[in-house]
Amino acid sequence: MNFPMTIRIAFKALGRNKMRSGLTMLGIIIGVAAVIAMIAIGSGAKVRIQEQIASMGSNLLIVLSGSATSGGFRWGSGSVPTLTVEDSKAIASELSAVKYSAPVLQGITQVVFQNQNWSTITFATTPEALLIRDWPAIRGRTLMQADVDGAAKVCLLGQTVVDNLFGEMDPVGQVVRIKKFPFIVVGVLSVKGQTTWGQDQDDIVYVPLTSGMRLLFGKHFPGMVRSISVQATGPDTMKLAEEQISQLLRQRHRIRPGQENDFTVRNLSEAFSAAEQSARVMSLLLGAIASISLLVGGIGIMNIMLVSVTERTREIGIRMAVGARGRDILYQFLIEALVLSLIGGVIGILMGVGASQLISHFFRWPTLISPQALLLSFSFAGGVGIFFGFYPARKAANLDPIEALRYE
Amino acid sequence: MNELIRVEHLVKTYFLGEVQVPALKGLDLTVQAGEFVAIMGASGSGKSTFMNIVGCLDRPTQGRYYLEGRDVSDLSRDELARIRNKKIGFVFQTFNLLARTSALENVEVPLFYNDTSTRERRQKAMQALFSVGLKGWEHHLPSQLSGGQQQRVAIARALINRPSLILADEPTGNLDSRTSLEIMDIFQKLNQQSGITIILVTHEPDISGYASRHVVFRDGKVIQDIPFQSRSAAQDLALRPPTVEETSS
Repeated sequence: MNFPMTIRIAFKALGRNKMRSGLTMLGIIIGVAAVIAMIAIGSGAKVRIQEQIASMGSNLLIVLSGSATSGGFRWGSGSVPTLTVEDSKAIASELSAVKYSAPVLQGITQVVFQNQNWSTITFATTPEALLIRDWPAIRGRTLMQADVDGAAKVCLLGQTVVDNLFGEMDPVGQVVRIKKFPFIVVGVLSVKGQTTWGQDQDDIVYVPLTSGMRLLFGKHFPGMVRSISVQATGPDTMKLAEEQISQLLRQRHRIRPGQENDFTVRNLSEAFSAAEQSARVMSLLLGAIASISLLVGGIGIMNIMLVSVTERTREIGIRMAVGARGRDILYQFLIEALVLSLIGGVIGILMGVGASQLISHFFRWPTLISPQALLLSFSFAGGVGIFFGFYPARKAANLDPIEALRYE
Repeated sequence: MNELIRVEHLVKTYFLGEVQVPALKGLDLTVQAGEFVAIMGASGSGKSTFMNIVGCLDRPTQGRYYLEGRDVSDLSRDELARIRNKKIGFVFQTFNLLARTSALENVEVPLFYNDTSTRERRQKAMQALFSVGLKGWEHHLPSQLSGGQQQRVAIARALINRPSLILADEPTGNLDSRTSLEIMDIFQKLNQQSGITIILVTHEPDISGYASRHVVFRDGKVIQDIPFQSRSAAQDLALRPPTVEETSS
C-alpha cells in the first residue's frame, strides 16, 4: 500500500462525483470559514480593547482623595480633597517605581464660544497628565510647564468640543469662556474615540492646573486636588508603585499605623484586564459556536462516506479478492475523507479570511487573523475528517469479500 | 507432479438465523499442479462455496485445506489476503472490473497491494495486457470494451502476480460462444505453456471439454471425478470460421 497512490485514488474517487464531493466539502468550508471569521472578530475585539487601554495611558494608577472618616461617617473616595499638589510632586520625585505624576482637578463646566455653548468635563492639570495618557496635540501646541507656572489662561480642546463649538472653523487662537473666564485655545488634541464603556474621550478640555485652581475649581479647598494620575515605570512595577505611593502618602498625611488611609490608590490596568478577559471569553464562545458548524460538516462527511461505501461495495469486494487487506481499504476511505475535509479546510480558510476582511470593511470592526487560528482550524478540519471518516472506513474494511463481490 | 491443493473432509455450514444450511458436507479433493479442472454440478451443489474456500475468500467450518502443502484453513483475514494476492488469480462471470478505471489501471490493482514500484507496476500491467492480446486497448474504460475484452482484462489482472492457481467461476457465462472459445484458448495456453493450474466452474459441457479433468459436485460432495482424455483444443475451434448456428445465437 503506498501513500501517494492512495491519495491519487482518493482524488479520482472524489472527482467521479464532483457535485456530491463539493456539497460535502461545503459543510467543512462553511465550518472552517465561520471559525476563522469568528476568531478574527473576537481577536479584533481584544485588540481594540488593548488599544483603548493604551489610550487611557499604560501602567496607570489613580490616587483619589478620601475615603475620609469624620465622626464615624465615611465619605466616598474623591469626596473630600485630601491630596495636595505637593503630594503629587513628592510622588514624582521620591518614588523609584513612578515615571510621571500629575495632580488633577476636574469638573463639569459650560464652555462658550460666541453664540455656541457646550457642557464638557474640564481637567486642570500639569503637562505630565498628557504625557501619561500619551496624548499629543494635532493642531497648535500642547500644555507646557510655563502655562502652569504663569497660570496662563489657555486651554486645549478635545475634538468633540471643537466640533460642537467651532464646526469647521480652526479653533486655535480663538477665545472661549469657561465658567465666564476667557481662555485662549492653544491646541486641539488628537482623536481617541470612545472608551470600552462608551464614554467619549474627546469630550474634554484641559487647562493649566494653576489657572484651573484659581478660577474654576479650587476655591473651597485651596492647594488641594481631587486626584493624582500616576504612571508606573512599567507593567511589572505597578504593584511596587502602588505600595510606594501608599507608604509615602501615609507618611506625608501623618496617618498612624492602624488608622485608615485618607486616599485610595486604584490600578486602572486591572479593570481593563477584566475587560480584556471578557473579550477573550467572547472570542472563545464565538469560536465554539462556529466549531459546531464544523462538526455538522463532519457529520455530512460521514453521511456521504457511508453512501460511498455502500455504492462501492463491489469495488471493495474486487479489491479484497485481489489481495487488499482490511487496513488497505480502511486507509483508502479514511484518506478520501481526509482529502475532502482538508480541501474543504483550505477553501474554508480562504473564505474565512475573505469574510473577516469584508466584516472589518463594512462594519468597521477590527478583525485579526492569527496564523495559529488558521493552523488550528485547518487541523481541526483534518481531525473532523478522520473522526467522521473512521466509522464508514471501518465499515468498508470489515466487509466480507464474498458478500461484497456478490453485492448488486 | 506436485500437489497444489488438497482438501480433506471439507465442511461448510451457513447459519441463517436458527437454520443451518450445509453447503459442503465433507468434501475431499486433491489437485496437482498443472491440472486444468472443470467443476460441474447443479446450482446449490456447493461449487461456489468450494471455490470461495479454495480462493481463500472464506474459511471452512470443518476440515483442512492445504495450499502448496501449507494448511491455510485457520489463517487470519490479512494472511488470506496475502495469499490471494500472491498465489491466486480470480476470473469471474461478471468480469468484476473497476468501473471508470482504464484497462491498464484495472490490471495494476493487485500490484498496488504488494508494494510494487510505479514503474514496475506499469511495465508488468502492460505485459499482462499484451499477453491476452489487448495491445492498444490499455487506456480504454471497461464500458468501452466488449465482453470478451473485459474478460481478457480480468484474466490479465489475475495473471499479474504470476499466481500458481487461477480460479474461474463461469468465466464464459456472459459471453457468446465465439468469444467463449477465445477465452478458453487463453486458459488452455496458460495451462499448457505456463503450467498454471486452473480450476474452472461451468455449466456448459462444451466449455468443460477444454479441461483435463472433470469433477462433478452434488449436495456438497464429489460424486464423479474423471480425467478427460479427449480434450478439445480451443485454438482449433477458434480459428475455424463461425458456423451459421453460432453466429445466429
